[in-house]
Amino acid sequence: MTSLYIHIPFCRRKCLYCDFLSFSDTKYINEYFDALIKEINAFDCKKVRSIFIGGGTPSYIDSKYIGKIMEALSRYNIEKNAEITIEANPGTLTLQKLKAYKSYGINRISIGLQAWQNELLKALGRIHTRESFIENYENVLKAGFENINIDLMFSLPEQSIDMWLETLENVTALNPAHISAYSLIVEENTPFYDMELALPDDETDRKMYHSAIELLKAKGYMQYEISNFAKEGFHSVHNCAYWQRKEYKGFGLGAASLMDNCRTKNTESISDYIKGVTIAESEGLTKADCMAEYMFLGMRMKKGVSISGFKREFGEDMLEKYGKAFEKFKDFIEISGDFVRLNEKGIDISNMIFCEFI
Amino acid sequence: MSNRQSKIRNFSIIAHIDHGKSTLADRLIQQSGLLTEREMQEQVLDNMDLERERGITIKAQAVRLIHKGKDGEEYTLNLIDTPGHVDFNYEVSRSLAACDGAVLVVDAAQGVEAQTLANVYLALDNNLEIVPVINKIDLPSAEPERVKAEIEDIIGLDCSEAPLISAKANINIDSVFDKIISDIPAPEGDESAPLKALIFDSFYDSYKGVIVFMRIFDGCVKKGTRVRFMATNKVFETVEVGVFGPGQFLPVDELKAGDVGYLTASIKNVRDTRIGDTVTTADNPVKEALPGYKKVNSMVYCGIFPADGSKYGDLRDALEKLQLNDAALRFEAETSVALGFGFRCGFLGLLHLEIIQERLEREYNLDLITTAPSVIYKVYLTDGTQIELSNPTDLPDVTTIERIEEPIVRAEIILPSEYIGTIMELCQQRRGEYEGMEYLEETRAVLTYRLPLNEIIYDFFDVLKSRSRGYASFDYELIGYEPSRLVKLDILVNREVVDALSFIVHEDSAQEKGRKMAEKLKKEIPRHQFEIPIQAAIGNKIIARETISAVRKDVLAKCYGGDITRKRKLLEKQKEGKKRMRQIGSIEVPQAAFMSVLKLDEE
Repeated sequence: MTSLYIHIPFCRRKCLYCDFLSFSDTKYINEYFDALIKEINAFDCKKVRSIFIGGGTPSYIDSKYIGKIMEALSRYNIEKNAEITIEANPGTLTLQKLKAYKSYGINRISIGLQAWQNELLKALGRIHTRESFIENYENVLKAGFENINIDLMFSLPEQSIDMWLETLENVTALNPAHISAYSLIVEENTPFYDMELALPDDETDRKMYHSAIELLKAKGYMQYEISNFAKEGFHSVHNCAYWQRKEYKGFGLGAASLMDNCRTKNTESISDYIKGVTIAESEGLTKADCMAEYMFLGMRMKKGVSISGFKREFGEDMLEKYGKAFEKFKDFIEISGDFVRLNEKGIDISNMIFCEFI
Repeated sequence: MSNRQSKIRNFSIIAHIDHGKSTLADRLIQQSGLLTEREMQEQVLDNMDLERERGITIKAQAVRLIHKGKDGEEYTLNLIDTPGHVDFNYEVSRSLAACDGAVLVVDAAQGVEAQTLANVYLALDNNLEIVPVINKIDLPSAEPERVKAEIEDIIGLDCSEAPLISAKANINIDSVFDKIISDIPAPEGDESAPLKALIFDSFYDSYKGVIVFMRIFDGCVKKGTRVRFMATNKVFETVEVGVFGPGQFLPVDELKAGDVGYLTASIKNVRDTRIGDTVTTADNPVKEALPGYKKVNSMVYCGIFPADGSKYGDLRDALEKLQLNDAALRFEAETSVALGFGFRCGFLGLLHLEIIQERLEREYNLDLITTAPSVIYKVYLTDGTQIELSNPTDLPDVTTIERIEEPIVRAEIILPSEYIGTIMELCQQRRGEYEGMEYLEETRAVLTYRLPLNEIIYDFFDVLKSRSRGYASFDYELIGYEPSRLVKLDILVNREVVDALSFIVHEDSAQEKGRKMAEKLKKEIPRHQFEIPIQAAIGNKIIARETISAVRKDVLAKCYGGDITRKRKLLEKQKEGKKRMRQIGSIEVPQAAFMSVLKLDEE
């Protein structure tokens, strides 16, 4: 079983905090899709569990390109109930486009709203307003989508706790199936990195985080990963595959894959890519790498990591191997039954804990 | 004086640091035709990499030059290069004792400096004829006339015929040769008397054993001569004698009164051949040794620990190897609760300490944790006994101490008069006692202070330089011990005393030092998953406290398929940072923290 990722590197405009591989120039769009389809055709896989069309803003470009992709993918054996997601930004979702997506078999829409307040959206460099989001959201419902994710961010410049709570209240009122809530990371090589931002301090950041967990829980959204919340039965199959180290294959510019414990990454140069160059980096994982990943990816999930699963995969006793680390961070870790997981305090300092597994 | 002796000159070159001593030595070697330009490595005499980098001479070296004088005669000129730092004062004095004269190099722009004076005094103590030379006359800022006047005023040397040279630009080097031959007396001494030779250096060679550098005052020595080292009373049979070619040893049949050369005798340990000792013949010894021999004592101690505990054996091997060539280096095993197994090491001074530390790290590839240096305190106990304390951790309970005495030095600081106020303030802060001030000329003065050694071993020199914008120069000598109100300051990290961080401090500055130390450690120790109190204490009394707050947030919000490799690398990097730390209880302490006490006065 494989999960597939397709990268669409086009956006109307790049947001100020964005460090994803994307650009607004669509000059090479046709060549890009030709190359993408070639790459898809050259790959063979048994069974597809999930598909994620991400970006960039896949909803920004003409839906016919998405149709071509879905057509190319159709030669794989895609499971009947496979989760097929497309990423979208408000301001790009017309009813017509959404109907087309639906007709291609896409069954999940992930919308990047980020914040409810127009002043914050503007400061982030987003292309949309709250109003255009609401309008687009109605289109998504009209087109018949039931599995909808809304991406939100906190710890934004000038954002107060009240603004964050207002965002959560309004979004949960729309009753989407899934909500992602990320603490903003100011990455190098983004305009934000060089700007003087009035960012909330760590204390406020954590207040925002923990109040989100509480509020979302009250509204019926269960946390299943550090930044992900879902109604019963609506967790993202595709994203869980990443954290559970299941096999996945990425197509397109800069796309990453994990196949047979080897991590590869496609070239980030569009001119190379359209010439047919794909893989740029490849790293075979050692057993130690795999064990480290098992722990630091698995423990991102609320459920935690399975002790018996670890034994099955690596033939080693997790409690023996990491007993010291578990003891060192005993106030931050919970061991119950077959699972070891972070508690809420543990999530806050998860990197420090994960270092123990590296 | 024999005709042979009349053609020998034994001399050294003395100078303040950077006044051009090594450059002149190189130039003399080159001019005497021993090496061609191409063979000439820069600064032949400074052999060690460290010496080249720092521009200082750490160990004494010697070279024999053959020069045809103005009279057409061939002269043998033995140049004995001396270390140029106060830490090695004793070695300098012994090298000078092996000479009959000294070339005093003074920078034509900078004039007389602290080490110029210190070296001149040492040379005069050894009754040397001093030949002043004004160097760097090609510099635009050169003022040879002013500097000559200064030397005459301050030192009282006649400079009317002092060669004005530039060693670097090769100007007037011949005049230096001429002055050496005309002014420095030829050696005297009786070739038929019992052997009397002075050891001015020794070094260990893995093939020949210890090579003893010496000046023969009386008698002669050749292969087969049984020699006795008078201080250690060891007897060896001479295997080889020789003289110093540039960069090589040249065996000769015999060394005679007046010569400078070496001997080897299958000696395994440099400790048997102490600098300043007298070599004589075992069968027909001299009655009295040459004066001036001293057992060298360590002035500064510190703990040296391998960063990786499993490298303890490697560290011991490395120290043993260094000691083969460095009789002044002391070490004994030390166990620290915080740092595990290591060594308590004794040094001549802070520079010596730094050199050893750097050589261990570079030549032996060791990653080290060094604790704050300490001087040796004399602790008098109420039961009438006395201990010499070189490790603050070992200070006995205060109730058993009658008094503590600390080493005191006399320091001479030469500085432009505009900095007098600032530097006097610095000396007061360091518990200095003013002894006097003299103007060398209108704009320059020499300040004399009595200072506790423990106030100057840390950062005094750096602070002195920065507060005088690099213009002040400084030299000191140990003058004795004095009782003082000293206390041991303990540092508690997470409520536990960290032995390696304890230091001894004057009662009056304990509060301030404790506070600064706690502040410094707060900056050095990374935040943990819990709060960490840092406390400074004297006995059971807490005198300062800081708190390192717990990490509130260290989490990657987002981690999807494309980021996993990058995120793993980030975690690896974070982990790597931790590896360079020492685990003390549940706290990870960076190596640099153990040197914090050295940097308390930094902003």
